[in-house]
Amino acid sequence: MLLELDNVTVSYGRIEALHGISLTVGEGEIVALIGANGAGKSTTMRAISGLRPVGQGKIHFDGQDITKMRADLRVIRGVSQSPEGRGIFPGMTVRENLEMGAYTRRVRAEVDEDLQRAFDLFPRLKEREKQAGGTLSGGEQQMLAVGRALMSRPKLLLLDEPSMGLAPMLIQQIFDIIVEINQQGTTVLLVEQNAQQALSRAHRAYVLETGRIVKEGSGNDLLTDPAVKDAYLGVA
Amino acid sequence: MMAVLDSARKADEGRVRAVTGLRDRWANLPYGWRISVLFAFIIFLYALPGLEIPLISTPDTDFTSVLFLCAVYVLVAVGLNVVIGLAGLLDLGYIGFYAVGAYTVAILGSPNSPVVIQFPWVVCVPIAIAVTMVSGVILGWPTLRLRGDYLAIVTLGFGEIIRVFALNSDITNGNRGITGVPVPSEGTWPEWMDWFPGITAGRPIFSVSNVIGFYWLALTLVFICMLGVRRLERSRVGRSWLAIREDEDAAEVMGVPTFKYKLWAFAIGAALGGLSGALFFSKQTFINAQGFDLFTSILWVAAVVIGGAGNQLGVALGAILLAYLPERFREFADYRLLIFGVALIVMTIFRPQGLLPSRRRKVELEDRAKEGAVGE
Repeated sequence: MLLELDNVTVSYGRIEALHGISLTVGEGEIVALIGANGAGKSTTMRAISGLRPVGQGKIHFDGQDITKMRADLRVIRGVSQSPEGRGIFPGMTVRENLEMGAYTRRVRAEVDEDLQRAFDLFPRLKEREKQAGGTLSGGEQQMLAVGRALMSRPKLLLLDEPSMGLAPMLIQQIFDIIVEINQQGTTVLLVEQNAQQALSRAHRAYVLETGRIVKEGSGNDLLTDPAVKDAYLGVA
Repeated sequence: MMAVLDSARKADEGRVRAVTGLRDRWANLPYGWRISVLFAFIIFLYALPGLEIPLISTPDTDFTSVLFLCAVYVLVAVGLNVVIGLAGLLDLGYIGFYAVGAYTVAILGSPNSPVVIQFPWVVCVPIAIAVTMVSGVILGWPTLRLRGDYLAIVTLGFGEIIRVFALNSDITNGNRGITGVPVPSEGTWPEWMDWFPGITAGRPIFSVSNVIGFYWLALTLVFICMLGVRRLERSRVGRSWLAIREDEDAAEVMGVPTFKYKLWAFAIGAALGGLSGALFFSKQTFINAQGFDLFTSILWVAAVVIGGAGNQLGVALGAILLAYLPERFREFADYRLLIFGVALIVMTIFRPQGLLPSRRRKVELEDRAKEGAVGE
């Protein structure tokens, strides 16, 4: 397993937001985490990337215990997150944002190669190369966030709500790109409110409810699961 | 009311465009031109004490002393800009570092301090810089885990603690203070400098009664520090600060060791603050706790913000205004807190990016305003 969460709890002050989450992500997979607002999806992501300290339980990544590791060191190990709300650096240009994504990288030639790849994946970003991140549209910022997260050449890509605030056509597009990235060899863990898209694209998925995992299965199984349909797919 | 605000803001945007237009035109000038103009300006600054310029001279005070104060304040602003403008950390107790630097020089260099050994200025100052850097790290280590307002309050406390300590400790001679703070050198002006107005050969270079030497030293240090900070700003360190300032969480998941770089910002800012304090009080030759009130500290922050945090020329302008205006218009000097307070309010409404803004910060502020509008 590339990533393994074992009974992880996370608290905000005295309020426990995650009550013991266990999940695994295998190498080469796309795994989706779905659930309603406040279910703890983003908190789970933050625990994995290291933005939020873990109370109890363990996180293993690539055979190593990273439970107490600093966030910036996890990036070097190969965890890369596209943070919630996109987290674009508003005053940096598109190119500078992408370069920030390559912060931990040392070989200039490789970084240039990856820049090219990001521009190939998102031609729109190339057009906006010199524009400040804060002036992009929501969809462009989302592309930038994903492109930037790829710049560290991660083993595991964490995507927090990649479809948030996007027009339906763009949602399709961004999921196509996620699948493409995955086929190029990056493991993906994504959090989504758009359960339809997430489940149909993911190999496996977990359903999160108020800080607990209540269901897991293959994407297709969950798509046809009556309870999931009822709660998250908006069809009775 | 809103309409008035809007139209004022629009007019201001026009002005911003005019200013940035000017900046672009400047950037497009041939390199040789820019260097020549810059060089001429620097010469002008060095020559200022000898030029009797009618409108900008200060009738009530020695003009060179005012220039020296301006230079010291610019040095302060350059240091504070590292913390506030580059790393985005609000430090309200910056004067604490100024005090630590000044006292270190006084204690180590004065014959009247409790420390018996007396070091020359050139030894004291590097020690003072090192001590302030360490004090920056000591303050930063526990507090830089805090963000925003919390950090501001803790630093405010730090500034006050240093002042109260200086007032009550034996090593600072308490309220009596320390006299005989060393001057940079006991040397005298050589024959060949005699031509400069105000300089008499054979007189000491650094004296309270004639501060040209101090002014030139301060000005030189300003240039060195500004160039140094500029280099830092364009290095990986500067990149890291920029990322932290714009979005700390995002910086962290890009792999920026945020705590380490915030600590560096504090330490470097502190070092510059310490240097400014050391410089100012070796001119004064006397130091006690009265020079370190929080109001001054907050006025410095105001100067940085009004001038344009993040842009070295901007913060320098803010510092010069803060140092110069109360001396030029003595009759209003008592109202400087009020005037700067009002100016700060007006600026935050109409021009939050400052008089000479950093372009990035302008975009950041607009971005934040946008987020605020959506209700995030």
